[in-house]
Amino acid sequence: MMANPADTALSDALADATERALREAEIRLPPDVLAVLRKAAAAERDAIARRELENILENIALAEERHVPICQDTGVPVIYLTLPPDIGLSPGLFEGVREGVRRATATIPLRPNVVDPLTRENTNDNTGAGMPAAHVTPGDRLTVTVLPKGAGSENVSRLGMLLPSQAAQIPKFVTETMLLAGGKPCPPVILGVGIGGTFDVAAALAKEALLLPVDAMDGYEQELCDAVNALGIGPMGLGGDTTALAVKVKRADCHTASLPVAVNVQCWACRRATVEVNL
Amino acid sequence: MNLTTPLGDEVLELRAGDRVTLSGTIYTARDEAHLRMMEEGIPFDPEGAVVYHCGPVVQDGRLVVAGPTTSARMNALTGFLIDAGVRALVGKGGMGPEVVEQLRGRAVYLALTGGCAASAAARMTLKGVYFEDLGMAEAIWVIEADRLPLTVGIDAHGGDLFEAIQQKAKTQFHQRFNIKQDTVS
Repeated sequence: MMANPADTALSDALADATERALREAEIRLPPDVLAVLRKAAAAERDAIARRELENILENIALAEERHVPICQDTGVPVIYLTLPPDIGLSPGLFEGVREGVRRATATIPLRPNVVDPLTRENTNDNTGAGMPAAHVTPGDRLTVTVLPKGAGSENVSRLGMLLPSQAAQIPKFVTETMLLAGGKPCPPVILGVGIGGTFDVAAALAKEALLLPVDAMDGYEQELCDAVNALGIGPMGLGGDTTALAVKVKRADCHTASLPVAVNVQCWACRRATVEVNL
Repeated sequence: MNLTTPLGDEVLELRAGDRVTLSGTIYTARDEAHLRMMEEGIPFDPEGAVVYHCGPVVQDGRLVVAGPTTSARMNALTGFLIDAGVRALVGKGGMGPEVVEQLRGRAVYLALTGGCAASAAARMTLKGVYFEDLGMAEAIWVIEADRLPLTVGIDAHGGDLFEAIQQKAKTQFHQRFNIKQDTVS
């Protein structure tokens, strides 16, 4: 398929970078996520919630020490590539990413999570038709960002096609998403919110919002986060002050008659890593 | 309280919110394993047994990581296990009202911190497997547990910590957004 040696080299380099990014993401949480978890554990007033947060911090330390994944739901890899001007879009790029996912599945190891949607037959290597999802944007350097996404939180994510007159209802929609989710998505969660675009763009924005640093929020994000935390669902749905660690919002312009809003729920293990591909 | 399998009437003393540890044999089961057991029967002795909602990562006969999965997916698949004598379910996120009723006078639901798969595996040894053809996540893995730290989520008397918290959350939501109780699910 890739007779061109340059293509093969590119593909190999991407496979290597994807595998390395997955290893980093699965085993070590990013510093900003760790910082907000520690802050939450220090501030939590509920005794059961405090213990849940201590368990989480113990687990993070153990995963790093033993060099094993943080969670057994190692997720499905969501991939973001940035391409510099001198690298064209080619099948070899995507094949490299797929090969990296296969290698990571065998070497880290990852749980094989990708199945046929109807027969539920497992592909056993975390790749499959349309998987992994890979998004490409232009950039200065060739980079691979991975966001392994677990199902417990993905399953309670929600999209609403609000009316243009309902912008003030967005906090209610976001908070209601958490109310309906309860303890199922492994709170404390991070909520990625996509506002605007089209039906599909809102969902993509919500997921991309999970790539943003969580140790800072603007006023609007803080307002959403406060509303969610007022629910008192707490870590694992057992009650407490910490239901959301952060809410992050990404926006796009939209049709004058539309207001798409998507909420992508992320468990506390907001796993992500970026590796630059060296050619 | 320190629980050791097989479990008996001691589970009836537990109340939602209690801290316990659990040692002994536990059996993992997710959606596919429940469906297979309903068709073909339970491959282990269910009397006093503990079912763990978990699909671990296993490599070379060793548990790499093994935290709990979302228990609510098994809401409609659980009654036959309690009828057969299972005394405790271990998972995360709680279970539905039908399970709360099924547990009444018989068994409990124990919550393990979700996502804590490395620390859970550090307290577990892999002993065997049933239904391995279902794949790594869905097979029934036989695990020896050593003092798993758990919170009683649902007790055998209808006490449900998750539901209590959820009711408070609902009230809070209605107040904040000025919704009349009967207009929202």
